Amino acid sequence: MSEPRKVLIVDDEPNILMALEFLFKRSGYEVRLARDGGEAMKEAEAWRPDLMLLDIMMPVKNGYEVCQSVRERPDFAGLKIVMLSAKGSEAEINKGLSLGADRYVTKPFSTQELLATIDQLLRPDAAGAR
Amino acid sequence: MRAPKGIALWVGAASGGVLLVIGIGALLQYLAASAENRPHLLEVVAEGLPAVFFGTAILMAAAGMAASWLFRRHPHAARQLAEQSRSLLAAEKGFRVSTAGAPPLAELAGVINQLADAYHRIEHDLEARSVETRARVEEERDRFAALMSELSQGVVVCNADGRILLYNPRAAALLAPAQAGGQGDYTPLGLGRSVLALLDRNQVAHALDMLQHQIGHVDRPQTRFVAAAANGALLRVQVAPFLGPERRLAGMVFTLDDVGQLMGRESQRLRLLQSLATGVRGPVANLRAATENLASFPDMPADRREQFVGIAAAEARVLTERLNTALLAYADALKGSLTLEDMRAADLLALVQRRVAEALHMPVAIEEADPELWLRVDSYAIAHAMTFLAARLAGDYDLHGFRLRAGGGGSLGEVDLIWTGAIVGSDALSLWEGEPMRVGTEETPLTLRDVLERHGSEAWLQVDKIRQISRFRLLLPRGQAIAPVPLRGAAAESRPEYYDFDLFERIDAAGALAERKLAELSFTVFDTETTGLEPSAGDEIISIGAVRIVNGRVLKGEVFEQLVNPRRNISRESTAVHGIDNKQVAGEPPIEQVLPRFHRFCEDTVLVAHNAAFDMRFLELKEASTGVRFGQPVLDTLLLSAVVHPSIDNHHLDMIAERVGVRVIGRHTALGDALLTADVFLRLVPLLAERGIVTLGQALEASRATYHSRLQY
Repeated sequence: MSEPRKVLIVDDEPNILMALEFLFKRSGYEVRLARDGGEAMKEAEAWRPDLMLLDIMMPVKNGYEVCQSVRERPDFAGLKIVMLSAKGSEAEINKGLSLGADRYVTKPFSTQELLATIDQLLRPDAAGAR
Repeated sequence: MRAPKGIALWVGAASGGVLLVIGIGALLQYLAASAENRPHLLEVVAEGLPAVFFGTAILMAAAGMAASWLFRRHPHAARQLAEQSRSLLAAEKGFRVSTAGAPPLAELAGVINQLADAYHRIEHDLEARSVETRARVEEERDRFAALMSELSQGVVVCNADGRILLYNPRAAALLAPAQAGGQGDYTPLGLGRSVLALLDRNQVAHALDMLQHQIGHVDRPQTRFVAAAANGALLRVQVAPFLGPERRLAGMVFTLDDVGQLMGRESQRLRLLQSLATGVRGPVANLRAATENLASFPDMPADRREQFVGIAAAEARVLTERLNTALLAYADALKGSLTLEDMRAADLLALVQRRVAEALHMPVAIEEADPELWLRVDSYAIAHAMTFLAARLAGDYDLHGFRLRAGGGGSLGEVDLIWTGAIVGSDALSLWEGEPMRVGTEETPLTLRDVLERHGSEAWLQVDKIRQISRFRLLLPRGQAIAPVPLRGAAAESRPEYYDFDLFERIDAAGALAERKLAELSFTVFDTETTGLEPSAGDEIISIGAVRIVNGRVLKGEVFEQLVNPRRNISRESTAVHGIDNKQVAGEPPIEQVLPRFHRFCEDTVLVAHNAAFDMRFLELKEASTGVRFGQPVLDTLLLSAVVHPSIDNHHLDMIAERVGVRVIGRHTALGDALLTADVFLRLVPLLAERGIVTLGQALEASRATYHSRLQY
């Protein structure tokens, strides 16, 4: 069996963090949490996750800014970003994807569908696929 | 004229002269005679002297009388001069009195000619000035009409009786029938028609009442209401009076706005709120009850626990679905605010280009502007935001110019501010987004974020580091294209038919119809095409065309034209006349739908048709099935022509047209014939007036009296 994939979950809401941590751990992922954009950048540098689940409305540095900062750095080229947000207008989705997110999922969402999305993104043969 | 006293003097002198000549003759005869003859001669003279005196006197009296008679009887030079002078007034401008003759008279004639010169000069000046004034008035009217046609609001102006004097194209569009076929109870907008028929009669009457009450009490009386037009559009109507002498109500100005869209969006928002409130309450209640049970009774049996967990999961799914459905269904209602207006993206870019270039004294180029793209924007706020951003960039970085671009697909449009060189961090943008926007001395408390929120929009920086190109991208809601209003400048070929201020002068209420002058009545001139010539044998109308005459003008912009499904076969012979075949009328409405509409079109007018008896027979036969009666007076151009030209037998429309000088075009369509008949009718009106037929009553009476009126169909 291969090394477990690493997922960094970034959100300022503890309830969703707890639920998602449980979900991903039980599904075989290695999980770390960050409670704002600044923490997320630090964790990303130190831990080098495969995927970042990123909320948008957060203190310090919002999700759009985190995404943009990540995409500006060539050493994060392989990092997948899934935005997970209560902001769901067409303009907001358009902006998230334009700034480099691989997927945009609006809250509320189905946990099973989210898992399926992330499984697909991290499958070895889907590397680089958007 | 009396003979001057001088004539008696002349006659006296002439008599003396004759006697002197006779006396001298006699004296010479006496001197020449021999001595023995002289006494004899004296004797003869003495005997003849009284006879000579009497003869001369009689002769001279006769001559005097003759001279006096001649003087009275024949034009004297002075009288001739007077006559000529008098005809100076009436004759051609070049005409002058003769200056030949006795010197005093010649001098007088010269003075008269000078006066005539001066008179004609003044006349010429006055005429030139009045032509100039007329032209200026016409130009002002046309400019006014052009201005009216540019307005985005509908404007209808009526006189105190509610007769429409003016309307603009926007009003016509707002009040147009919902579809081409139109509904039965729809009355078209038209000059001279009553404004009461356009909107709810009671609301208009109420508005009028309010205005009457306000006049004299309020500075600027006006009232407004929201009403449904006959076509179903929801209109906000504002009514203001205009006042005549003594501040009496002379007329009213109606401005019309379509508020259907605004109201629609407003009610959509309300429905979204309602659907969220009611749709969410139930599932949340269930979810809460289930989870609270789970929390309160940790010792519950396993199967019961499983049940509640199942309920919680199911209700959470339902909630998600309801939320998503509601947001999707009312997505439009959430977009932007009501202050946004539709604008072509290219125009917005041009505006931003001007603003940025002016504020920063930097070259600003338009890289791309999708000509099809329309945006729904607050153009002032967007231009200000883009200028603010450009100023901020130029202030902090070394930039030499900007480029602009508009494009993008989907329901959003993209507007980009592009520059080459300096790479700006996204944190800088985040900072600027929250600042009050200030450009030079122009400052608003609004922030870029406020502007974005107002448009339901998003913005971000996109950087191509390799090519060193940065773009600030703004996503804006797409708008609806506004159809361009055709240009109608002062140079319009003919006077637009949207107004007729002469209607002001008309006193519509006065006098029975029969007493009214033909020249001032409103007419509907119409023609029908039919399946055949025998209505009583089942022939039917297949086409009606009509045009209105108001104030002596054919309103070619306000026509009625409708094909009718006769629900029977159209014979080949009749198709040969009018060119309408069975296929063409198959999809058209039946007469029961068309006639009520036509009836509305004719309201308050006198009907005119050529050989009207024929058309009227068809209309009468449909009274029972359609429920409409054409009770207004009818004039027949065939009969009127016979009144004007009683000695001519041929009163075919073409022939009359030729006689009265109307060019014949577009014959044998109902509308074409109606237009021709209208032109002919207008030419007949002055010819009738020459025969003393001026009022409607006189025209009807004269028609009745002509031979042709006895023809029966």
